[in-house]
Amino acid sequence: MDGGSHNPFFALGEVEAGLLMPMHLCISATGHIRSIGPTLGKIIGQQPLIGRRFLEVFGLRRPRDVHSTNDVMRIAGQPLGLFLRDPPKTGFKGIAVPLNGQGLLLNLSFGIHAAEAVREYSLTQADFAPTELVIEMLFLTEAKTAVMDELRRLNTRLHDQKLLAEEQALTDAVTGLRNRRALERALDRLIEMGMPFGLLSMDLDHFKQVNDTLGHAAGDHVLETVAKILIEETRGSDVAARLGGDEFVILLPGLVDMAHFSLVAHRILARIEQPILFEGKRCLVSASIGTLLSPAGGMIAAEQLLAEADAALYTSKQQGRGRVTAFDPPVMHLPKD
Amino acid sequence: MHGLINRSIQAFVQDTYGQTVWAEIANAAELGFADFEAMLTYEDRLTDALLAAASARLSRPREFVLEDLGTYFVSHPRCGPLRRLLRFGGETFMDFLHSLDDLQGRGRLAVPDLDLPRLELFDHTSHRFSLNCQSPHRGAGFVMAGILRAMADDYGALVMLEHQGTRGDSDRFFIEILDQSHGEAREFALAGRDN
Repeated sequence: MDGGSHNPFFALGEVEAGLLMPMHLCISATGHIRSIGPTLGKIIGQQPLIGRRFLEVFGLRRPRDVHSTNDVMRIAGQPLGLFLRDPPKTGFKGIAVPLNGQGLLLNLSFGIHAAEAVREYSLTQADFAPTELVIEMLFLTEAKTAVMDELRRLNTRLHDQKLLAEEQALTDAVTGLRNRRALERALDRLIEMGMPFGLLSMDLDHFKQVNDTLGHAAGDHVLETVAKILIEETRGSDVAARLGGDEFVILLPGLVDMAHFSLVAHRILARIEQPILFEGKRCLVSASIGTLLSPAGGMIAAEQLLAEADAALYTSKQQGRGRVTAFDPPVMHLPKD
Repeated sequence: MHGLINRSIQAFVQDTYGQTVWAEIANAAELGFADFEAMLTYEDRLTDALLAAASARLSRPREFVLEDLGTYFVSHPRCGPLRRLLRFGGETFMDFLHSLDDLQGRGRLAVPDLDLPRLELFDHTSHRFSLNCQSPHRGAGFVMAGILRAMADDYGALVMLEHQGTRGDSDRFFIEILDQSHGEAREFALAGRDN
């Protein structure tokens, strides 16, 4: 930039320059600060600045090779990146033009750091030229933040509803136990992983009498009580499900010991056979239970395992109810007449 | 009507009159759902039904309900972000008035499909103005009136505001600033400390 062509139409007084460019500096040919705009004055302090060497107060990031007064005079006409040497080391964008061949006029802006600077120095609208877009930028940032917050709330609500719907899809509404879908899903996963497990199939005995003589409310109370027993007698990792009516199934991942399994099943049975009180009346039910351990090695269909546990349950029923039978392949594989 | 507007009406009713009243109004308006979502768009007839139901339940003319809504936008703590956005309009209430010409554009900058009223300010003297508020949504001007009164308080200005009439889809208001610094202005920092 030659700076040679003098504009005959305007010359600016200090106040007018401050209105147009509240963040400008005049730098003398010797590299000293001669005057500054009002906003810059507010930021750095008017008095200490005037008369100091420009390069003592400001550092340059772009261009980097500016070390002497001679270097400073060559920065005119190109995009500048500057920063205050003192904390908080505020960053600026800038452009400089030669002033009648003696010194420079440098105009600054906060660029992308506007919000930090406005906060740091408690600036107001009056500190910016009306043509500056800083206020619009701050407005937009805040408006978009508000919109984002609203969207985030919407997302959270939708996510919660999704979790609730998924939970409901896997839960039996009467007892709060898992339902058939949840059981089958868990069973399939165990088979797929090749993890051993125990499977207990259970059917209540005399449940129909309770329903018929004491009403459905009593029946529901029995189902809820049985559900509570199943939860209490199993581990958190076990899956207790109601498949409908008075049919229950428990899946016990990691169970390999039949003796232990039998103990658990008998404990459940004993508790179910305790009278259940409903509005002062005693509801007496029992249960027929079939148990099986997952076969070692080889994939087997969930459907077949459930049928085998049911076959054991059926044996319990045939042998007089209120008992536990373990699935025994040679005896039970063939359909009975 | 944009969900933001509908959601605001809901929040206004809930925060001012309680959840039960909101449920009654939502029911009377036959919305078919319990809550508006701010980021969805709804048919205009739902907003009209909602305002009619609110006006009936609260035994307040529709215009009064709308003006209360405008006041709520500025003065209720839950609307803090909105009040801040309005304060970007200027340093004084006078600056704020002059920024109203840009309100529609500012709204679009934030939410492109938000259909705010088109405002035009005419100055008669240095402290007397007319404001023209044009919107396809009947009564939008009364919301604006509520906002203006509450913003005058926010700036600490003493202002007289008068509805002069409705012509077509425009409401016209007369505004006189009696005292620009009548009371204490509420604090406002350009870059809020909390964001």
